[in-house]
Amino acid sequence: MNEEIIIAGFGGQGVLSMGKILAYSGIMQNLEVSWMPSYGPEMRGGTANVTVILSDDRISSPILNTFDSGIILNQQSLDKFECKIKPGGLLLYDTNGITRHPSRTDLQIFQIEAASEAARIDNQKVFNMIVLGAYLKLKDFLELKYVVQGLEKSLPKRYHHLIDSNAEALKTGMELVKPYKN
Amino acid sequence: MDLKEIIKPENLVYKRTECLTDKTLSYCPGCGHGTVHRLVMETVDELGIQSDVIGVASVGCSVLAYDFMDIDMTQSPHGRATAVATGIKRCWPDKFVFTYQGDGDLAAIGTGETIHACNRGENITIIFINNGIYGMTGGQMAPTTLLGMKSSTTPYGREVELMGNPIKITELVAQLAGTYFVSRQSVHTPGNVRKAKKAIKTAFENQKLKKGLSLVEIVSNCNSGWKMTPVESNKWMEENMFPFYPLGDIKVEGQLVQK
Amino acid sequence: MGELKLMKGNEAIAEAAIRAGADAYFGYPITPQSEVMEYLAAQQPHKRTGMVLLQAESEIAAINMVYGAASTGKKTMTSSSSPGISLKMEGISYLAGAELPALIVNVVRGGPGLGTIQPSQSDYFQATKGGGHGDYRLLVLAPASVQEMSDFVKLGFELAFKYRNPVMILSDGIIGQMMEKVELFDPIPRKTEINEPWALTGKSSDRKKRVVTSLDLDPYGNEKHNHELQRKYKEMEENEVRFEEIDCSDAEYLMVAYGSSARICQKAIKLARLKGIKVGLLRPITLFPFPTKQLYSYTNRIKGILSVELNTGQMIEDIRLAVNGKLPVEHFGRCGGVVHSPEEVLAAFEKIIMK
Repeated sequence: MNEEIIIAGFGGQGVLSMGKILAYSGIMQNLEVSWMPSYGPEMRGGTANVTVILSDDRISSPILNTFDSGIILNQQSLDKFECKIKPGGLLLYDTNGITRHPSRTDLQIFQIEAASEAARIDNQKVFNMIVLGAYLKLKDFLELKYVVQGLEKSLPKRYHHLIDSNAEALKTGMELVKPYKN
Repeated sequence: MDLKEIIKPENLVYKRTECLTDKTLSYCPGCGHGTVHRLVMETVDELGIQSDVIGVASVGCSVLAYDFMDIDMTQSPHGRATAVATGIKRCWPDKFVFTYQGDGDLAAIGTGETIHACNRGENITIIFINNGIYGMTGGQMAPTTLLGMKSSTTPYGREVELMGNPIKITELVAQLAGTYFVSRQSVHTPGNVRKAKKAIKTAFENQKLKKGLSLVEIVSNCNSGWKMTPVESNKWMEENMFPFYPLGDIKVEGQLVQK
Repeated sequence: MGELKLMKGNEAIAEAAIRAGADAYFGYPITPQSEVMEYLAAQQPHKRTGMVLLQAESEIAAINMVYGAASTGKKTMTSSSSPGISLKMEGISYLAGAELPALIVNVVRGGPGLGTIQPSQSDYFQATKGGGHGDYRLLVLAPASVQEMSDFVKLGFELAFKYRNPVMILSDGIIGQMMEKVELFDPIPRKTEINEPWALTGKSSDRKKRVVTSLDLDPYGNEKHNHELQRKYKEMEENEVRFEEIDCSDAEYLMVAYGSSARICQKAIKLARLKGIKVGLLRPITLFPFPTKQLYSYTNRIKGILSVELNTGQMIEDIRLAVNGKLPVEHFGRCGGVVHSPEEVLAAFEKIIMK
């Protein structure tokens, strides 16, 4: 198993923490993991992305040019990374704010309306967990119980009371994800 | 009286203090460094702290101070003595740590380190020799060179328009919350030597209190750099240096002295 | 098995410092290594082990605090990134001259000048050829993973004390910022006794005073001191060369790369093997001492070497010296903060080396 993922969106959307939970879940399942952020003067409203690799084997380059899966949370990131997903790969995106939808026909493309769901339940903080749930539904190599363990590991103790609502959001994402045909 | 008679113990009136070495001082005859070296080592002797003191020599005439002081010492890059002393003191909080610096080292290239060590209130002692000139490199202008004073880089005298003003760094650091004791003294007369000794001793004793940094400035002559005889230089110092750098305590027990 | 954690390289450095029994860290913030001091501050090392942590007023003050602390015989370190390391160079030269052990971490960013905050390997010359004034060397360790960021802190302190010489961990923004699984080594208690015969502990009546200095006004004395330093560097060259070889046994070509660039090359050689190209990777782990003999041993076995560095060609000089004209050696690398991809490396390899 070797899965190379790019997660990209606005700073403040929980891009980096989603990647961190994914990486921690991998560790819980005895996988090799790497998490490489774009770093720099990014802030809320700017773009942020992170490359996460999960693998049975020792990971070589943490820096990649093409990806097995893309989790895309805004238009700029869609424009930038759509072309970098390998043929046959997965593109999962949140439709919120998207005016130009994906155009490639050689990908498996799915939508998740996580932003509107987070607004509906009035809990913006679980937005990224809804997205992650959708991804877990589409890729079955990670077990939900390990992801919850990953959450426990990556969240500071003072936020542990939020684990239940985050786990709930993962399930919501699994239910809401739907295929997109262009 | 022959030599044997002279060196009889009962005739002894003055001797090398224990913590000074036998090495001949490298300072010019007439210079104040030797006296201050002795005062610092007398203090170490009297407080009985030879095994608990670590000194930091700086860059300048006193770069080889460690040759003359019989204690553990290091030698700091130019201007960085208080940073070096900070590193030592943080690792040995119960030892006595002091720097020995000139005005070029402390008030020009090392101003940043001086101000921040003072402001952090490091529990160290700074012995600061101010002779208004760079002695070791041959008498160039120092940050403390007086207006009108000649040096090899101000051959026509220091002009404020060209070279700016002399800095009173001692008054400056006295304003900082981290300094506990700040004093300015001289060693050109027996009376002044006694006052300087008292200030230096206080500055070392304060380290036990852990209440902040103690700095003693010694306004000194540099007869070689000033191109004067020792006697002339002391007179010149009294007439020109002291009005600008007045002697006395500036801050005692954390309180500025009201003048 | 030790404790497993997901950590950034910078955090691993900090955690490893506490676990290695470091006595003091002095630093100053700079991107991309600020997490080192932030992590330490959050850990309150004075409560965990009694370790001193102090944010200095400048890089210059920080390295001189290291100099002072190191002169007491204690385990002392600092970390910074390229422009900050340039500021520290005077102090590093003094550490080498006064033969003080200390650990210095450089999480390299692109230069020259203020450059960029993005990763680079453009400080290779500075790290391996001394960097400051005078005829001295640092022992330079180049981690290629977060695991090595942790392990090399412990190793770095050991080597620094073994040779009484500053050791540099030459990392970069990639290794510093990325998170990987890291197995933390068990904590080593801080030293309780200082037995180093040169350390400033206060002159007791049963011994002579000690002086830590890099100054010797007598040129003959200083020449002798320089020869003594060179003897140590020779000893490092004999005993401390470290490297890793991947897919080298049947290789017709070599890529030579260290640190993050070696990770990228690992993928590039995989891609090459898929195309039937027999290329291996030699990764120097110590950049000084450099794996000169090992590289020379390839001169009869392979057809050429590509030095892949995130710079415009620095390590290539050491590779060329090692193979002494017996092999074509060329360079490829993006620079100034741009990072090459594995595909780019392979394309360059085919174009430059295979022609």
